[in-house]
Amino acid sequence: MQREHNLTLSNIIRHGDPTASPVCTGANGAISFADIVAGSGFGDDAFDFNDRSVLLATPDQLTSAIALIKLDGVARRVVLCLPDVSVRDVQAIAATAEVDVVVRTEDTSNVDLPGLRAVLARPIADATRSCPTGTRRTEWVLLTSGTSGTPKLVLHDLGSLIGAIKPSAKALPSTVWATFYDIRRYGGLQIFLRALLGGHSMILSHRDEPIGEHLIRLAQGGVSHISGTPSHWRRLLMSGLAGNIAPAYVRLSGEIADQSVLDALQAAFPKAGVSHAYASTEAGVGFNVIDGRAGFPAAMADAANDDVAMTIHDGSLRLRSSRTASRYLGETQPAIVGPDGFVDTGDLVELRGDRYHFVGRRGGIINVGGQKVHPEEIEAVINGHPAVHMSLVQGRRSPITGALVVADVVLKQQRRDASENPDALAEDILDRCRAALATYKVPTRLHFVAQLDVSASGKLVRSHV
Amino acid sequence: MTVRSTILSEIYKIAVAQKRDISTLHDDLPLMDSGFDSLCFAVLVAHLEDDLGLDPFSSAEEIEFPVTLGDFIALYENAART
Repeated sequence: MQREHNLTLSNIIRHGDPTASPVCTGANGAISFADIVAGSGFGDDAFDFNDRSVLLATPDQLTSAIALIKLDGVARRVVLCLPDVSVRDVQAIAATAEVDVVVRTEDTSNVDLPGLRAVLARPIADATRSCPTGTRRTEWVLLTSGTSGTPKLVLHDLGSLIGAIKPSAKALPSTVWATFYDIRRYGGLQIFLRALLGGHSMILSHRDEPIGEHLIRLAQGGVSHISGTPSHWRRLLMSGLAGNIAPAYVRLSGEIADQSVLDALQAAFPKAGVSHAYASTEAGVGFNVIDGRAGFPAAMADAANDDVAMTIHDGSLRLRSSRTASRYLGETQPAIVGPDGFVDTGDLVELRGDRYHFVGRRGGIINVGGQKVHPEEIEAVINGHPAVHMSLVQGRRSPITGALVVADVVLKQQRRDASENPDALAEDILDRCRAALATYKVPTRLHFVAQLDVSASGKLVRSHV
Repeated sequence: MTVRSTILSEIYKIAVAQKRDISTLHDDLPLMDSGFDSLCFAVLVAHLEDDLGLDPFSSAEEIEFPVTLGDFIALYENAART
């Protein structure tokens, strides 16, 4: 007998409440989840993705959502590629993930993989046609930032991704989910899956869409549950347009939620429940804090819980749950899960009174508006400048984006002696960074220093923000 | 330099460094229409902390997030007075 409840996105949608007809809305169109399941998501309907490792590389999120629903249960592996990943990094990702088919649109600009089969995704699934379905356990690969700049590939499956999503008694049929995140990032994907599992509609964000237009779409769609990073939310508060929406549930994740942003959101949305969640692509969803206060109750650590075990070890938060990723793809990558089953998140916490507060990340990783920045990547670019001896890239606290990137630079002796114009030299080094790095990685200040502290083990001494 | 002129000059400097087209600056200009994104504002707030020694976003007990350029300047002018 065929098992009816094999966990695939298509099966979840099929088993939803037949009286509800949830819709997935993008910036350029909308389609019901039922029509996605019934129809074809690809230009070549007959193409069989069975056993394939698929790179999903469409600029638009709705097209990705449709293709993802169609591929889950059929493909062996789906890599959720983001449109801002460089052509070179896409090539490295494809090699590591053993990609043999690319799903793209004509607007896909970051894929140059000659020799690989490409299948066009449909911008709107065609309900008059159908394509093969399946019930296999598809591997989902999410990208996360890596030390060298090339993203790391984090392996999940649908089971680990939806482990934190519980049927909610509070979710009404009128619930409409939205997120400021891209759904191909872990934080956004959680919201997409929440909508899908709850049988609710979902409004997707769109890259480069002005916030005013996004808010009009959110208001028209009747958004009730919405998530974003503290930086996303500060941007909304500073737009003066927060009054256009009236969500019942406001969720923050991906960065440290400070008390001022929590208070400002509660003031802007007095009727909303404001909560902040902790999650990482590797460790999965850890916990949700609903008391409106920054940090989390110390009692949550080391408390017995069916779903998640939390402990603080050596100042950093460690999590053990069924929601963690299984591993990184690639032979040289370290294990995600330690021998005791815990994932060391690298997020450092400090006990103040009866609560733990996040204070930064181990290894100097800087979180700029939810995007993790590895200082080594930027230092490598700066150190490539002919005048530079060595550099140290660090975070600086920002009340707007959580942190910013700043750099201390030691010049080579002969350049120090040459009494050059320091401003022009700093600008030249920064130009090099602007050419090689994403904008949020370019240092916002560059200081020339005489020396940098090096530890006994020969490593640069990094503080954390 | 006054607080106002420091803010305006920093905005122009950041616009040049980040190669951004910005709108004509006036007090009623909504920040979201200025041509600056969150990252630009974060840089602006950091540079103003260096220049003026003020960070009203972090130091105030409770602040109302500024919506127009006039609100933004007033936030700093008030912080400079206290």
